[in-house]
Amino acid sequence: MSVAGITETVQYLTFKLSEEVFALDVAKVREILEITSITKVPQTPDFMRGVINLRGSVVPVIDMRLKFGMSATEQTVNTCIIVVEINMDGDATVLGALADSVQEVVEMDPESIEAAPHIGTRLKTDFIKGMGKVDNRFVMILDIDKVFSSDELAELG
Amino acid sequence: MMEQAITTYREEAGELLAELETSLLDLEETPDNSDLINRVFRAMHTIKGSGAMFGFDEIAIFTHEVETVFDLVRNGKMTVTKRLLDLTLKSRDHISYLLSCQIGEKVDRSRGDEIIAGLRQLLPKPETDGKKSTNIQANNGSPHSDEELADESTWRIRFRPATNILLCGTNPLSLINELRELGSAHVVAQFDEIPQLSDLSPENCYIYWDIILTTTRGEDAIRDVFIFVEDDCEIKIELIDRSGLIDKEGDYKKLGDILVERGDLSPVEMQKVLMQQKRFGELLVEQGIVTSEKVQSALVEQQHVKGVRKERSEAPQVETAASIRVPAERLDQLINLVGEMVTVQARLSQVSLAGGDPTFIAISEEVERLTNELRDTALNIRMLPIGSTFSKFKRLVRDLSGELGKEIEMETFGAETELDKTVIEKLNDPLVHLIRNSIDHGIEMPEIRRAAGKSTIGKVHLGAEHSGDSVLITIKDDGAGLDRDAIKAKAIERGLISPTAEPADREIYAQIFAPGFSTAATVTSVSGRGVGMDVVKRGIDGLRGTIGVDSIRGRGTTITLKIPLTLAIIDSLLVRIGKDHFVLPLAAIEECIELTTADVANSHGRNLANVRGAIIPYIPLRQHFRITGQRPDIEQIVIADIHGTKVGFVVDKVVGEHQTVIKSLGKMYRNVKGVSGATILGDGTVALILDMNLLLQSVEKLEHDAV
Repeated sequence: MSVAGITETVQYLTFKLSEEVFALDVAKVREILEITSITKVPQTPDFMRGVINLRGSVVPVIDMRLKFGMSATEQTVNTCIIVVEINMDGDATVLGALADSVQEVVEMDPESIEAAPHIGTRLKTDFIKGMGKVDNRFVMILDIDKVFSSDELAELG
Repeated sequence: MMEQAITTYREEAGELLAELETSLLDLEETPDNSDLINRVFRAMHTIKGSGAMFGFDEIAIFTHEVETVFDLVRNGKMTVTKRLLDLTLKSRDHISYLLSCQIGEKVDRSRGDEIIAGLRQLLPKPETDGKKSTNIQANNGSPHSDEELADESTWRIRFRPATNILLCGTNPLSLINELRELGSAHVVAQFDEIPQLSDLSPENCYIYWDIILTTTRGEDAIRDVFIFVEDDCEIKIELIDRSGLIDKEGDYKKLGDILVERGDLSPVEMQKVLMQQKRFGELLVEQGIVTSEKVQSALVEQQHVKGVRKERSEAPQVETAASIRVPAERLDQLINLVGEMVTVQARLSQVSLAGGDPTFIAISEEVERLTNELRDTALNIRMLPIGSTFSKFKRLVRDLSGELGKEIEMETFGAETELDKTVIEKLNDPLVHLIRNSIDHGIEMPEIRRAAGKSTIGKVHLGAEHSGDSVLITIKDDGAGLDRDAIKAKAIERGLISPTAEPADREIYAQIFAPGFSTAATVTSVSGRGVGMDVVKRGIDGLRGTIGVDSIRGRGTTITLKIPLTLAIIDSLLVRIGKDHFVLPLAAIEECIELTTADVANSHGRNLANVRGAIIPYIPLRQHFRITGQRPDIEQIVIADIHGTKVGFVVDKVVGEHQTVIKSLGKMYRNVKGVSGATILGDGTVALILDMNLLLQSVEKLEHDAV
């Protein structure tokens, strides 16, 4: 049983938030950074951790754990920032997402991806494109555009 | 490729239309100015020709009609009247509309046909030339063929086409044939530049031509023939004879002179050869027929008239603008790079000072100096004179005053003042609105003005000047002025001012910028809804500028806009709260004073400070931003003047002045009030740029809601 919308074999970057493994389409990932000092912007929700300096550009950083209802990301030696380019309101926006650790890049073909169950993931099903199988473990493939959709973010101020 | 050409045509046509409008408006004031008339004609002619070339047939057809009428004006067969100018201005609008249509799209011809009908009514004679061709008018059948020969003049034309002219699709021979159609011509081809057969490329044109043309059509007609190639080819057109000039000399110019004038013989060489023969004057003196003084004086006369004639016949120089078109994105890229360079250079300075090595410090200072210069030069590239915006408004004033039945004159001052291109674009809408206000609300109807002892013609004055690092733009009218009491009453009614307060006039006038504020009893098509001023203020705020309003009832209103010169890099004050750094734009900041725990205790929970007797409210930013950590015993209050009110902002420490390269925070932080951007400090960390105005507003709202 495959998922509508996933028709090709694509490479995915797998990473961990707490003990769960997630995956992102590699095409959306720009780079992976080691965690650096993040400047918090006042009067913003907690999951918006702040901004960082990326070679002269100011890039916002989101704490995905907080966005997904987990506890805040704690800084360890493995913590990193995945810099992604997403489509927000028609414009390409660059932002960073905190991850506890980054695993590897895997290829998954459409046959091995199943639709996300309606319950049981503790996440809005919009966020999940599908569930892929890697080494007999299930990996949640995130639809990164929906995760950072601007309606939620526009609920500030 | 074609896309690029079409885009370029649209841009150039847009510029031509702007020039056309300015010329037409100027022509209204000086209807006899032939230079302006020519400019108008030229603009239309170019739009028509290029339009046909790129497929904008509708434009070509329409413009041809208008051009025909203006050709009559150019030749003195018609005078410039208000009606003609009205119609021509409408034509300009119609062409602008046609420009915006896609090629092949169905266009609305009704407006165009109306205008053409109106123009035809103005023609002195029935239109005989019904051709819709885009070529230059042929001699036959035109109204000019029965012109007197008194206007006949003879021209020397040297036409040297660019070697690649054939590759550009132009056949020089057809241009020469066109010349022949203008009158009687003698053509001599010059072959001396044709290279050896081995070097010759058959696709190139190495021949140039000398043409002597006698025509009644005037120099413009000759120039028109070459209009599409004049940028690539050398074209020299000289008047060499004109009937109507009293010919003092029986013979035309001497052979030697002609050759020198053409540039084929240098004066030095001519002198050398002439030296070899005895001069006529010398011969005369030798033979004692005439005294040498008489010869001298005759020579002087000869030289003098030659000189005068030469001046008269010298073809006007074609102005080559030393400028190039650059796509705006490239400039943006450049500015970005300059910005990053400024940032890195700041780090370099920091590191060099920390290191202490004198050679290193010297080099870093040199880099700083160069970087500053580079920054200023790069930012200057985007500076354009505000004059073009001002001329657009002349049209607005003219049309609007006509619509409302008022007589209004607009004068401008400081049109050469330069502003960043984006600033000019962003200023456009607010300025339009302010001018409309002056015209609608400010200037009274002529009868009222006369009754008040003013001249019936109202004046709207637009001025621009540099002041420090800002530009001051003033919009002044000598109209009715603002009704201070009405505004005050309305403001009290809306709760913006307390009934017992005694605000200064400036503050009262500042209320007109509140959203939805209007004292108008009725709403007109132009204004009254209370929306405009609010939008104007936001527009100006967006440019980090300020608006001031001054008014004298019965005499007029003056609105002053103060806009900082650069958008991207501003001088600011770097401050620290806890571990975080923030940056406050320096322009509005007046002073910094200390705030001790004792002061705080003394004010009993109210955030008010006593500064040399004045009470100044302050915003405790640490609290407002919920920054964790211990509040230091001694803090600093940065006092700024925000739209007339003094407010303080409390920080832990004022670090110093900082040149801030503004980085946008992006869409995600769009709604955060108080933070307008970010910048990268010398050590690589990010500091947030605070918008003091919005901070003040959000705190006001919080306190308001809490009460």
